[in-house]
Amino acid sequence: MGDIWRSNQREVIAVIVLAILLTLYFSTHPSGPTTYVMTIWANQCLILGLAAIAQFFAVIVRGIDLSVGAVMALTNCIASYLIIGTGLEVAGGILVVLAVGITCGLINGMLVVFGRIQPIVATLATGSLFLGIALLLRPTPGGSIDYDISDVMTLDIFGIPTTLIFALGIITFFWLPLRKTGLGTGLYAVGSSEQAAYQSGISVEKVRLASFALGGFFAALAGLFFSFVTTTGDAGIGPNFTLNSIAAVVLGGVLLRGGIGTLTGALAGAFILKTISSLMFFSGLPPLAQPLLEGLILAGAIAIGGADVLRVKNRLEVFGK
Amino acid sequence: MVLSSTPVVRLSGVSKTYGSTKALTEVDFSCFSGEVHAILGENGAGKSTLIKLIAGVVQPTEGKITVNGKELVLKNPSIATSHGLVCMFQELSLVPDLSVRENIMLGAPGTGFGWLNSKVVPQAESILEQIDGAHIRMSMRVADLTLAERQQVEIAKALTRNPKLLILDESTSALNSSVVEKVFKLIRKQRELGVGVLFISHRFHEIEALADRISIFRNGQYVETFDNGAFDYGYIISRMVGQRIDDIFPPKKVFNTEAEEVLKLDSYSWKGGFNNVSITLRQGQITGFGGLDGQGQNEVLLGLFGLLKNTAGEIQIAGHSVKITHPKQAKAPDLGIALVPEDRKTEGLVLEQSIARNLELSALGTKGVNALDPTIYQTFLEALELKCNSLDQPVSQLSGGNQQKVALAKWLALNPRCLLLADPTRGIDVKTKTQIYALLRRLADSGIAVLLLSTDFEELIHLCDDAHIFYDGEIVSHLKGSELTAENIIAASLNIQTGGEVHG
Repeated sequence: MGDIWRSNQREVIAVIVLAILLTLYFSTHPSGPTTYVMTIWANQCLILGLAAIAQFFAVIVRGIDLSVGAVMALTNCIASYLIIGTGLEVAGGILVVLAVGITCGLINGMLVVFGRIQPIVATLATGSLFLGIALLLRPTPGGSIDYDISDVMTLDIFGIPTTLIFALGIITFFWLPLRKTGLGTGLYAVGSSEQAAYQSGISVEKVRLASFALGGFFAALAGLFFSFVTTTGDAGIGPNFTLNSIAAVVLGGVLLRGGIGTLTGALAGAFILKTISSLMFFSGLPPLAQPLLEGLILAGAIAIGGADVLRVKNRLEVFGK
Repeated sequence: MVLSSTPVVRLSGVSKTYGSTKALTEVDFSCFSGEVHAILGENGAGKSTLIKLIAGVVQPTEGKITVNGKELVLKNPSIATSHGLVCMFQELSLVPDLSVRENIMLGAPGTGFGWLNSKVVPQAESILEQIDGAHIRMSMRVADLTLAERQQVEIAKALTRNPKLLILDESTSALNSSVVEKVFKLIRKQRELGVGVLFISHRFHEIEALADRISIFRNGQYVETFDNGAFDYGYIISRMVGQRIDDIFPPKKVFNTEAEEVLKLDSYSWKGGFNNVSITLRQGQITGFGGLDGQGQNEVLLGLFGLLKNTAGEIQIAGHSVKITHPKQAKAPDLGIALVPEDRKTEGLVLEQSIARNLELSALGTKGVNALDPTIYQTFLEALELKCNSLDQPVSQLSGGNQQKVALAKWLALNPRCLLLADPTRGIDVKTKTQIYALLRRLADSGIAVLLLSTDFEELIHLCDDAHIFYDGEIVSHLKGSELTAENIIAASLNIQTGGEVHG
């Protein structure tokens, strides 16, 4: 029991913080926890949540992905052309959008693995590239998304927001099984100690590639849900999501040095971040003071995560030795 | 003992070079199934390279490797494992952030990206039980385990891989003797099953207890193989030592034992690193720190330079008791300590910066020294004959020897009273070594006290006035004058007590 707590404490703390914030949010919201309020909240949270999962897959293998927002923008713009028409056309459009995301992730992965370029530089470059294509596709916001599929994905099932069910589905049917596979364990091994992973017979290169591909896939999912919520294409959505996805994974207990953290944590971090901004929106705080307060909360959360440094006995270890 | 006719693994004419340094030269070596084959050699003899080649971590520059009669290219560790070549590495192959269970399953045969094979877990648990590791829970994070516990897990992990050849590279170094005995029992059982075992250890009595045959390596070359028990320690050590070179060292002077004290340590300790270190260092004295890698000697130097927290015991500089908590304090003129660190590429220099910028680094922020005045470095650069196009050249373009000269000169410019050096000649050509030795002797003659950590016993013998040999974080032997012999140093490093003043 102690061991399970030790290895999951960051996620547990994140989930507890989320529960407190949520109670606060629904109790201060003028109309209370109605299905409508819940759905709006869950939709907003899940979009950032998916972006955070995309970021998680880069960070867990000791990387970072600055192209998450750009992939979202690109897939959102493509969706605004393709996800419309007959059921078959819509389904095909969704598949194309997801394939584009995986391709973007693979490009990032290949630059990092075969080009030996640092992830931060590689994804900075590809981010501009993806954004450029998105801008060519949609110089100004426009296009439309099939309303039926949008409604199905963004409303509720028996009073429970569809997006919330979707989030639980990702955890139960994707993440938990993945943790029991060689790939899932390999992600942590590569992020924690590349040398140990290699000497244990793990193909470090394939794991990195797979991780970035998964990142691209989830960035595309984020772009897709953004499309369902807004039902339009907009190339300018990227920058906010990139930075917030990094903040979310940190809040969710994922260490930027790689090897520690979970997808659930990243998701919880994103939900926390979105709930804080929603809370402030209804709290009556002057809007101009909100970024300051958000920043303080974020800084505090990160400081707690860095407290380990105080326990170091050899000062050289602070420098990542 | 009857050996099978085809060796499990055979190396023919294998050489391995890293850049310009030769780690192994034309080695012919075989290990058969059903034998425990010990490999002996000094630091840098090529043992680790040999093992990395067989485990598929590195590939030979020349020559071929044959496994069970078939010539193979061992491109990576997973290919080596699939042929039954399983290694327990000295630098452990466990992932710190994963649990014991996940580490055992990681990379198990036939896993790939698919479902992990949980069948190996009960197998590992039963092995752990047999080697006093029953208290290690499968759910524990490896980062929370002690070094000894990690070695136990590493052993369990390797044995679940169905080895045909099991390689143990110092894999019992942290285990106590009763656990080691149990591990040996397991290894002997593997031998009965026909598994070949390659065994590297610095503990002679372990080799005596376990090995069937012994091979000796020296300076990257295979020397000879003989049956365990055929020769005594004296012969084996002399084969490990080989010939010596005398004229690369400057002549020693008679050391003045009444000279002023510069540094005195009394029961200096740091939990988990070193214990009860007491030494006295006088003006003009060159004192050596010897012993195998990682016995705590480097940590003592780090502590003296203010890099460790919570050290115990007393440090006296020139008769005054001091507490050193930061490198800036250590290098200030009132203490005057300088440390040339172990790894010049990461700790000693900023590789991308120019020589001039690197030289300035330690002088910056030191009282009474003008870092921007190039003349303060000049004498040392000249004495060391630094070869460069100009001082604006990036340090990364220099050879290893010239890099070390820069790392030395930047500290000498501060005129330290006590110079700490961590293996300053590792991986450096003989000519540069000679220059460094000559300079160190001259510095000592001018009154500086030098503390030289070295893994090369020749340096301890020919350059040092006296030497402290470390074993497991403690000084086990203090050798002076004529006691400084290769035999005494090696014996003390391995904690076989023969000569000198034996502590504790």
